[in-house]
Amino acid sequence: MTELSIDDSFNQRAEELRAARGDSVAISEVAEVVKSLMQTMDGDLSSLDIKLYREINQLASYVQNAKQEIAEIQPENLRNEQIPMATDELDAIVKSTEDATGNILDAAEELEAVSGELKGKQSERIMDVVTKIYEACNFQDITGQRITKVVNTLKHIEEELDKLTKVFGDEIKNSAEKAARKPKDDRADSHLLNGPQHSEQAASQEEIDALLASFD
Amino acid sequence: MAVDLNMKVLVVDDYKTMIRIISNLLKQIGFKNIDDAAEGGAALSKLRNGGYGLVVSDWNMEPMTGLDLLREVRADDSLKTTPFLMVTAESKTENVLAAKQAGVDNYIVKPFNAETLKGKLESVLGAF
Repeated sequence: MTELSIDDSFNQRAEELRAARGDSVAISEVAEVVKSLMQTMDGDLSSLDIKLYREINQLASYVQNAKQEIAEIQPENLRNEQIPMATDELDAIVKSTEDATGNILDAAEELEAVSGELKGKQSERIMDVVTKIYEACNFQDITGQRITKVVNTLKHIEEELDKLTKVFGDEIKNSAEKAARKPKDDRADSHLLNGPQHSEQAASQEEIDALLASFD
Repeated sequence: MAVDLNMKVLVVDDYKTMIRIISNLLKQIGFKNIDDAAEGGAALSKLRNGGYGLVVSDWNMEPMTGLDLLREVRADDSLKTTPFLMVTAESKTENVLAAKQAGVDNYIVKPFNAETLKGKLESVLGAF
């Protein structure tokens, strides 16, 4: 017997008693109602069984709510789009800092060569400056390692989301279709705000100039 | 005995920019013969081909780390006395202890400056 039907049955019996006796009912008659209610339940239910039943009911509600919340996170979207996009962006950061640091080192090495052609204090001063540039360029190694840690964390989250979608499978997919997509950006031109593009997708200045010129 | 600045030095790091930085600083000190490798396995192959007087290695590399490389070097009779300097972002006490137990000669934490590099090299090889 479900909790709902227990409540319905009790309410029905209580209404019958009120109709027959008004609001003043003897305790013994209340006890009779409770006793007959208990007897309508399947099997020989103890109060422990009822408590267990309620606990299981609450657990089922909790799991159902959790599945709904997980579906709203849209784990498939996170796994297949958001996380790969984030790791691509981080890889691009490492690459671009490596390229920029390479350019800085090229310039520093050129300065070092120039300093070799000078004598005395000027040469020493330039060498000091060049050394400071080499030291400062340590940053690329440190940032690269930190970013790699973040990428590895994202990959771990991706793996866990994969496990989650396998456990809940179609239930999450179906719930996700019903769950409303919250807007990420309220700005009117948000659909045009994509940020820096990867080099293979980005238009060059020449291409943009040519495009603008085509409107003249 | 004066340090032989013509000795072959092997710089090991998976970041190309770091190899350039360390190599350039070594050249400023006076070293003339600098080679490099991008990870421990490639470094070990070069070392076993012979002739290196110093290794300057990062720790966090794949597939073979700098610590693995150090252990291999110390386990190889032909390489075990090669001076080995670890230059790494790994800065926990347990890292330093592990490197010391593995036989590292000195340990530099990134980011580092030229003075620190020179000082540690002198502690390992002698005054320049």
